[in-house]
Amino acid sequence: MNALVGGPLQAGPIDTALAPFYWFLTLWSQAMSWVAGATGLELLQYPFMHRAVLVGLCIGVMAPLIGTFLVHRQLALIGDALAHTAFAGVAVGLFLNAVLELSVSPYLTAVVVAMLSALLIELISEATDAYNDVSMAIVLSTGFALGTTLISINAGGLAVGVNQFLFGNLSTVSAENAAILLVLFGVIVTTVAVTRNQLLYVTFDETAAAVSGLSVTWYNRIMVMLTALVVVGAMQIMGVILVAAMLVVPVAGATQVSRSFTESLLVSVVLAELAVILGIGVAYYGEATAGGVIVLVAVAIYVAAVGIGRLQRRLGDDPALELDTIAADDGEATSD
Amino acid sequence: MSALEDAGRDPESSPAVVELSDVTFGYTSAPVVEDISLRIDAGEYVAVVGPNGSGKSTLMKLMLGLLHPDEGAASLFGESSRRFDDGARIGYVAQHASAAKEMPITVREVVKMGRFPHVGFGRLSAADWAIVDDALETVGMTAFADRRVTQLSGGQRQRAFIARALASEADLLVLDEPTVGVDVESVEAFYDLLASLNDDGITVLLIEHDLGAVTEHAERVVCLNREIYFDGPTAEFVESDALGRAFGTAASFLGGSR
Repeated sequence: MNALVGGPLQAGPIDTALAPFYWFLTLWSQAMSWVAGATGLELLQYPFMHRAVLVGLCIGVMAPLIGTFLVHRQLALIGDALAHTAFAGVAVGLFLNAVLELSVSPYLTAVVVAMLSALLIELISEATDAYNDVSMAIVLSTGFALGTTLISINAGGLAVGVNQFLFGNLSTVSAENAAILLVLFGVIVTTVAVTRNQLLYVTFDETAAAVSGLSVTWYNRIMVMLTALVVVGAMQIMGVILVAAMLVVPVAGATQVSRSFTESLLVSVVLAELAVILGIGVAYYGEATAGGVIVLVAVAIYVAAVGIGRLQRRLGDDPALELDTIAADDGEATSD
Repeated sequence: MSALEDAGRDPESSPAVVELSDVTFGYTSAPVVEDISLRIDAGEYVAVVGPNGSGKSTLMKLMLGLLHPDEGAASLFGESSRRFDDGARIGYVAQHASAAKEMPITVREVVKMGRFPHVGFGRLSAADWAIVDDALETVGMTAFADRRVTQLSGGQRQRAFIARALASEADLLVLDEPTVGVDVESVEAFYDLLASLNDDGITVLLIEHDLGAVTEHAERVVCLNREIYFDGPTAEFVESDALGRAFGTAASFLGGSR
């Protein structure tokens, strides 16, 4: 277990590359300690909680950011499939560490395996001309089977650390893993910021996007690769089994109450952050698994959003009126 | 072709908007469309009709460069469809049903997409936004600009998609069964809009199942059922027996509707 959570003790090439992020983590930790002093919040007194909160905040941004595109393409389940292959990646990392006596973060091997699986899912869908749930189910179970098999081969020592990957764990977010997450976060946010126009067009109207000259194939690949990165990043706290919920639930909530796409992106991030912050707090004081609590909070927020959406509709200010009620009524629009 | 004469164009001097030469295509070994030769010039208003499964959508994809012929050649604006890369010139409007996603997005955000081929990874400039506003005005949707698309009637929604094509400054408008699921009154207004855009010089290519709409609005009809059964002025199509041969028993439908 200690080997898994070990920080940047041995300075390898990876640690050198992550150096600026460790520096940022130090600053962040100081800031959090100050907040803890100012507010008297017990949970912010520990360095592991500083990292957990940072990772949580990043998840709150990147998961709904990518989730928005996935949900509106009816690809919500891809996150789940990739999470299970990421688990295989973790198992590969643990296995290699044990056999070759290395101390590579299993999240790095998870990144590699999840990215390869993402590409595989995409290639299968290109070849069969559809995202089909059968191939997705096969990839999902293959990932999970590979993971459990590798782990059971090395039973004993390895099996001990598996729960943290399956269910996530606030206390095992090491400095190294937090730094890896910051890198993933940077890549994800930058890529979406650059390709936002294209991702939106492909998501909303794939054929028109293709006609306009966009390579739908390439943007689909980018989308699944980003999903793989989000899943690996979010897994530390959310766990393999619940990570996909963060891609879907806040987005579903935002869809209920938002009028525009831009608004729905912002609202989904706000809802996700709310779920993460409340979830971490409740999990800490209630001594529960953070992933589970965060998802429960997110679902509660979703239910509230459905209620608010209904209310908006009833008051006539609404995002999803029945089509016929305003059909071709030009007069009404001016009063809006 | 009367449409060409009206426009005073010489087919030899300006490249066709769409040209297919002896095109055959199949998803498997059986061809879906066979031996199709077809030329659409700038300013025409053409409808492609055919029964379900006649290869209409496949033909449309071949014309748009989304599929490439197994045999024969396809070109867009004088350039092979494989090399054609000026997608902004083509505006595509899908069936109402396929555009009915529950995505939260406003009319303005949809129309804005028309500028994406022009701005690439960048942001829209003030000039781009002005073009978006003009497009909204042309289709009479300015008042609905900030409405969520899912809130619109079928006809309004299709107008928003046409505005997107206009924002892209397309000179070819391709519509795939645009009035399916659109209420009757809106359908009339929708075709009036198409006619006025066509008068302004935009080439209109309508893929239609509804023969009544076709015979009433298009200048030229291409009747398809794997092969071309008829290609000529609408008036001649109505008189011909092409319909009966292509549609089989469904042909009596036309007599009943008009």
